[in-house]
Amino acid sequence: MSQLLEKLTMPAPAKLRDLIRQIRSVRTQAEERAVIEKECASIRGMFRDEDNTYRCRNVAKLLYIHMLGYPAHFGQLECLKLIASPRFTDKRIGYLGAALLLDERQDVHLLVTNSLKNDLNHNTQFVVGLALGTLGNICSVEMSRDLAGEVEKLLKSSNAYIKKKAALCAVRIIRKVPELMEMFLPATKNLLNEKNHGVLLTAVCLITEMCDKSPDALAHFRKQNKMVPQLVRILKNLIMAGYSPEHDVSGVSDPFLQVRILRLLRLLGKNDSDASEAMNDILAQVATNTETTKNVGNSILYETVLTIMDIKSESGLRVLAVNILGRFLLNNDKNIRYVALNSLLKTVQTDLNAVQRHRSTIVDCLKDPDISIRKRAMELSFALVNSNNVRGMMKELIFFLEKADPIFKVDCTSNICIAADKYAPNKRWHIDTMLKVLSTAGSYVRDDVIAHMISLVSEASSLQAYTVQHLFRAIQEDITQQPLVQVASWCVGEYGDLLMSGQVEEEEPLQVTEDEVLDTLEKIMNSSGSSAVTKSFTLTAVMKLSTRFTQTIPRIQALMDQFGSSVDMELQQRSVEFAKLFKSYDHMRSGLLERMPPLDAKVGSKGEGEANTNGETTAVSPPASPAVKQEEGNALLDLLGGGPSPAPVIPQVEKPAAPPAASNDLLGDLLGLDLSSPAAGPAPMVPGMSAPQPQVDMLGGLMDGVTPQPAVQMSANNLGIPSLIAYEKNGLKIEFSFQKDNSNANVVIITLTATNSTDTPMDEFVFQAAVPKTFQLQLQSPSGSVVPASNMGVVTQVIKILNPQKAPIRMRIKLTYNYKGNNVNDMGEVNSFPAALWQ
Amino acid sequence: MLKFILLVNKQGQTRLAQYYEHPEHDRVSVERDIIRKCLAREDNQCSFLEYKNFKLVYRRYASLYFIVGVDHTENELAILELIHNIVETYDKYFDKVCELDIMFNLDKAYMILEEMVMNGRIVEMNQNRILLPIRVMDQATQ
Repeated sequence: MSQLLEKLTMPAPAKLRDLIRQIRSVRTQAEERAVIEKECASIRGMFRDEDNTYRCRNVAKLLYIHMLGYPAHFGQLECLKLIASPRFTDKRIGYLGAALLLDERQDVHLLVTNSLKNDLNHNTQFVVGLALGTLGNICSVEMSRDLAGEVEKLLKSSNAYIKKKAALCAVRIIRKVPELMEMFLPATKNLLNEKNHGVLLTAVCLITEMCDKSPDALAHFRKQNKMVPQLVRILKNLIMAGYSPEHDVSGVSDPFLQVRILRLLRLLGKNDSDASEAMNDILAQVATNTETTKNVGNSILYETVLTIMDIKSESGLRVLAVNILGRFLLNNDKNIRYVALNSLLKTVQTDLNAVQRHRSTIVDCLKDPDISIRKRAMELSFALVNSNNVRGMMKELIFFLEKADPIFKVDCTSNICIAADKYAPNKRWHIDTMLKVLSTAGSYVRDDVIAHMISLVSEASSLQAYTVQHLFRAIQEDITQQPLVQVASWCVGEYGDLLMSGQVEEEEPLQVTEDEVLDTLEKIMNSSGSSAVTKSFTLTAVMKLSTRFTQTIPRIQALMDQFGSSVDMELQQRSVEFAKLFKSYDHMRSGLLERMPPLDAKVGSKGEGEANTNGETTAVSPPASPAVKQEEGNALLDLLGGGPSPAPVIPQVEKPAAPPAASNDLLGDLLGLDLSSPAAGPAPMVPGMSAPQPQVDMLGGLMDGVTPQPAVQMSANNLGIPSLIAYEKNGLKIEFSFQKDNSNANVVIITLTATNSTDTPMDEFVFQAAVPKTFQLQLQSPSGSVVPASNMGVVTQVIKILNPQKAPIRMRIKLTYNYKGNNVNDMGEVNSFPAALWQ
Repeated sequence: MLKFILLVNKQGQTRLAQYYEHPEHDRVSVERDIIRKCLAREDNQCSFLEYKNFKLVYRRYASLYFIVGVDHTENELAILELIHNIVETYDKYFDKVCELDIMFNLDKAYMILEEMVMNGRIVEMNQNRILLPIRVMDQATQ
């Protein structure tokens, strides 16, 4: 066609071919951009001059430019002109351009409606086909309403080429405007009697779409229409027919149609015993008769398995399906192994025992060369752990952990800990497993695992000597794995005396001296590889040893003095406090540093959705965030029409796993020369929990300059203040409950609770708030960023408002979250705060 | 449902891009990210890749990668078969198809694809019937 045009006139604009050559010859991105800009300028010029001769060529060039990622929307109207042209070649490029350049979100696409309507009634099948093709790709809500009648008519056409395309247009129309479904229902009746496979394929698509969108349509097809026997008949013909050159794909008769039919059967059979019953036999036939040497056959088997799993199928059939997946796992083709693991993961909940039978094959997949397969195998292995197989499975999984890719290690360690906690046959095994995890994947352990391990040891009094010896050996060899060092330090601090006692059964007693223990701890404190948290753990351990060791007290005292001048604020504070304990309150030292009572693991680790990985990354919640949030807060206030100097929004950054810093306060009080208060009982010093204090202090300092500020001061002043629903839309509900701060009557503490009643979780949930400038607002970090579906959980967040003028509270809120992959933004204003809050 | 079909060469340049659903964000940068991720895969890895809320199924033919974005209802193995059928159809029409054939006959490549996949769903898999309209058109313009 372009050659034809070239013959007509000279000089002509560059041909597409030449443009491509030119683009290919350039060496840099900048040169390419220059070529394209020049070409676009010339094309624009010709469009402006209403040039008819080269419009087709120019639009073709634009399509190429568009594909390269450059803007080409100025060609939209030219596409419309080409579509309106009577010449087929023009129409062809015009429709192609329309499908690529037009966007249903822009009104300009509606201008094509009229031409489409004309072409849908054209007497050449290929013109109708072109129009249907474009309509199927760009049809919008308005277009659906305008053109549904035409499409319905074409669906009843006698021409298979038109019919198959009309069916897919109908799918699009139903998606856009579900009410139009009824219009197409009668036409579906005869579609399945067609011989042409293209029509059958698209008809099955259309019916699937209808069943998927409307329960009424689903019931209609199940009952009145006898859909299942019809589909069974078609499927039977396909698998029994033998070789048919027209539909053969690598030796299988129309696998695409088979897959589509199996998927529709799945919809029809789901939760319906009669329909399921009617398809049991054919599913068994497909499952046993399909050729499995090639990918194509396996694609059908895979779909069959999914259908068997989803409908109310006979138990024998389900076992057959799981066995097919088991065979898939042994297949040489990695793609087939991947889909097998994926499907097993879906069915593991319902057919646990059938899946268990393939456990060893699944465990073998942990060694697969493909990372995606290893990931699935890991997930599936954890799903299969139970109290009968826990020993064997854990052995495999710890072996996997040693070799695992770094990205898996964090999940893997956490899952091992959960499984060990749940199914441990005895405490000894449990501790051994945890020790192995800590020593094999030391740096990839989450904070919750550390807290968990510590509480585990503190509860198992008979195993403390054993554990501390093991851990001490481990850190003698390696002090680089921070979580391991933290747990070991804690244990050495608590049970250091047991290290010397040599009272461990079946183990070779450890021959160490007090000085050797202190050497190791000092090495940790002085190592540049140790994190601040680790050092705090170790410092506390050294201090604790001062009441467990007898000969090395002066050395411990010297160490405290040495760190009294540490540049790390936290270490400095701790060691100064500890040194003071030696000098001024030596009589209380042994009481204060007594062994910790058994810790309750459930308090420390459970309920905290996500704890951070330890190590350098502990300093999460970047310090930059207050500034950012403040800016956003300002923007919100502008919306409120507030004054020029809005109240600062200070989000308080807290470490999720850190409970209120009680230990520091207790010591702080003691050191605050409050001698009258008797220091009864051992101080609950759990360094890991109070260690991240500096971050809180820094930000807390912005607020009032007092350190350390307890994270939340709960009070009983909340009686009688009713809670309030601040927001309720699209299934997301946000409720505010109120408390007054008992230390400051002007402070209101609002606890936000977000719940989600839809069936899909909302991710990346962020709540922001702004108040007029007479207030001060402090947003603490939320309990999580995912609001679980079906009210199965909540996200909570504490908001503090300082209201010195006792004015009625007004608040502007902004919400963002991700729902089914879409970003949702919404704003609202809350003005109905109960007056009790400021009176 | 298919979300898009991309044809990309070994250097990561897009040679054909057909979308069946308007991409949420910036098409160009998402496309680049997808291509980068697929090209970075090694031979011993499977042909599927989970990407955001959908899946990528890809297959390499000499210097060309075929990348198909699908939602979670699609049968990955059948999509691989679809890719193979697209390649065979191109092969039949262009007679040993290569990257240049697609580049210099982009409109034809699109048309062939449109006869096979429409609105994110397969229309026709019989190669003769797919190529019939294109051949008729070729005769008309000669």
